[in-house]
Amino acid sequence: MALALVDCDSFYASCERVFRPDLKNIPIVVLSNNDGCVIARSAEAKKLGIGMGVPWFKVKKSFLAQGGVVFSSNFTFYGDMSSRVMNILEGFVPRIEIYSIDEAFLDLDTLEKNYDLYDFSCHMRGLIKQWTGVPVRVGIAPTKTLTKIAINEVKRLNIPTKVHRLSTQNQIRHALANTPVNEVWGVGRKLTEHLNKAKITNALQLADIDPQRIKRNFSVVLERTVRELRGQRCLNIEDNMSAKKQIVVSRSFGTRVLDLETLKPIVSNFATRASEKLRNEKQKCSQVTVFIRTSPFSDHKPQYSGHKTIELFTPTNDTRDILSAAKRALVPIFKPGYDYAKAGILLGRFSNESSKQYSLFKDPNEPKDNAKFMEYIDRLNNHETQIYFASQNTTQWSPMKQNMTSPRYTTNWYELPITN
Amino acid sequence: MKVNYIGKISEENLPAIFVPYFLESVHAGFPSPASDYIESPIDLNKHLIKNGAATFLVRAQGQSMIGSGITDQAVLVVDRSIKPKHDSIVVASLDGEFVCKRLKLKPKMCLMPDNPEYPPIFINHGQELEIVGTVTAAINKF
Repeated sequence: MALALVDCDSFYASCERVFRPDLKNIPIVVLSNNDGCVIARSAEAKKLGIGMGVPWFKVKKSFLAQGGVVFSSNFTFYGDMSSRVMNILEGFVPRIEIYSIDEAFLDLDTLEKNYDLYDFSCHMRGLIKQWTGVPVRVGIAPTKTLTKIAINEVKRLNIPTKVHRLSTQNQIRHALANTPVNEVWGVGRKLTEHLNKAKITNALQLADIDPQRIKRNFSVVLERTVRELRGQRCLNIEDNMSAKKQIVVSRSFGTRVLDLETLKPIVSNFATRASEKLRNEKQKCSQVTVFIRTSPFSDHKPQYSGHKTIELFTPTNDTRDILSAAKRALVPIFKPGYDYAKAGILLGRFSNESSKQYSLFKDPNEPKDNAKFMEYIDRLNNHETQIYFASQNTTQWSPMKQNMTSPRYTTNWYELPITN
Repeated sequence: MKVNYIGKISEENLPAIFVPYFLESVHAGFPSPASDYIESPIDLNKHLIKNGAATFLVRAQGQSMIGSGITDQAVLVVDRSIKPKHDSIVVASLDGEFVCKRLKLKPKMCLMPDNPEYPPIFINHGQELEIVGTVTAAINKF
C-alpha cells in the first residue's frame, strides 16, 4: 500500500527561473495580485527571512537591497508549467489526483509489486526536472496524510534526492515524533490551540490517542486524520472528474474604488468571467453572491464589508442572467463613503447543464438558441476578438496594479524566450 | 479497368423490380469513393512536436546559425527530453544567457556557430554551461 505526494519546490519562483538562467542562486519572490503580499519564495529568499504572506511593502526595501528579484504573479505561465508537470505524472502512474497547481497525489498501489518505489520516484523526479526545468519533491507513504509528513521530512532532513519514503512502523513513528502537531495536514490554528491545551504537541502523540476518543472529544474529521497517521487509509485518490461545487472570481483592487458607477462595471467583468468558467464546467448555477469590502490594512479608515445572495428560479449559465443577478446583489450592499478594496462574485448551487427544471414563474418558451448564443461568444472570445457586454468595463478588467510580471513565455507568440 | 463478361440479360426475363444500379444510382447517393481514404488534415503541431510536455518554443536572434537555416527571429522548437549528441543543435544556458549553437563533443567540447564569421565558443574553467534541450526544428516566417 503506497501513495505518493509530488510537490513542486517553491513552484512560482521555480517557474520564473526556468527561462531566466541568470537568476540561478538569486533570491526570488512572487507577489499576489496587485503586488500585495509575498506568495512564493525561492529557497534563497526564505533564507533571507522573507515570510510567507508578508505584505510586500514591509520587506521590499531590505529584500531588494540584498539583491533579491521580485515578480508580479503570472498565472498564465504557472498554469501552463503546472499542466506540463501533471501531464508527465499522468504518464507514470495509473491514477493521479491533481490537488493544487503544484501538488498531486499518485496511486502507487499497483506499481509496488514491480518497482522499487524509491528508485521509481527518483527517476520520475529527474525526468520532470529535465523535461520542464521544475524541481519537485516526492513523499511516499501508506496514506495521504502520511505522504504530507514524508514530504516535510525531505526538508527537515535535507535529503539530497528530494525523495523520502515512510514504510516501516519505526520510520513512521520517528517522523511523527519530529512533526509539530500544527504541521499535520488538516490541523489548523484553532485546533492546534485545543490540542496543545490537551498536552498534544507532536503528531506522534496525536496518532497514539484512541480514534474513538478523538471522535467523541473533537470531530470525525480529526478522527480520520488520526487513523491516517496510524497508516489506515481513509482518504482515497480522487479522480479530478468530480465537478466543482462553486466558482469564485474576486480581486483586490490596485487603486481604491469609491463609487457605485466604478464598481458596477468591475463586478460585471467578474460576473462575465465567472459565467465563462461555469460554461466550461458544463454547469448551471442558481445562486449568485456578490461581496465587496474595504481594506483591512488601512485601519485608520472606516471598515465595511457586505454581501448578498440572489436566488435564481431557473438554473442558468447565460452571462446575461448572471450579470443581471450580480447587479441586483451589488446595488443594495453598496454604501457610499467607504474606500472599497476588493470585490468578488460567487456562483453556487450547481445543476448539470442538461438537466433543466423550469420554474413556474419564468416563461418556459425562452428562446432555445441561448446556449448557442453563449457558445458563439465564448468561441469568439477564445480567439483574438473580444465581445463585451454593455455593462462591462472594457478598458480595465479590474483596477490592477501589477508591473513586474514576467513574459508569458509558453503561451504567447510575442513573448517567447530569446536565444542568441 | 478489367471487366468480366458474365452473361447476357434480356429484358423479358427480368423481374419487375429490377433497378439498373449501375446507371441511375451512381449519381444519386452513392457514397463518396474517397470516404475510405479520409485522413485528418495535416497538423503542424503533430509534425513538429513529439513530446508536448517537454517542448518549448524559443525565438532565435542573430545570424550565427544561418548555415543551419536558422534565420534571425526564427522560432525554434526545443525538446528538453531529447538527449543532445555530438553535432546536435542545442539551446544552452551559458553564464546566465540562452545561446543556440551546434554542440561539438570532439575533439574538444565547444558550441559551434554555423556561420564562418562567428568563432566557436570553448567552455573555460569556471564558466557555467547547461544544455537546456535539443532543437528539433526551426520555423522561419517570410
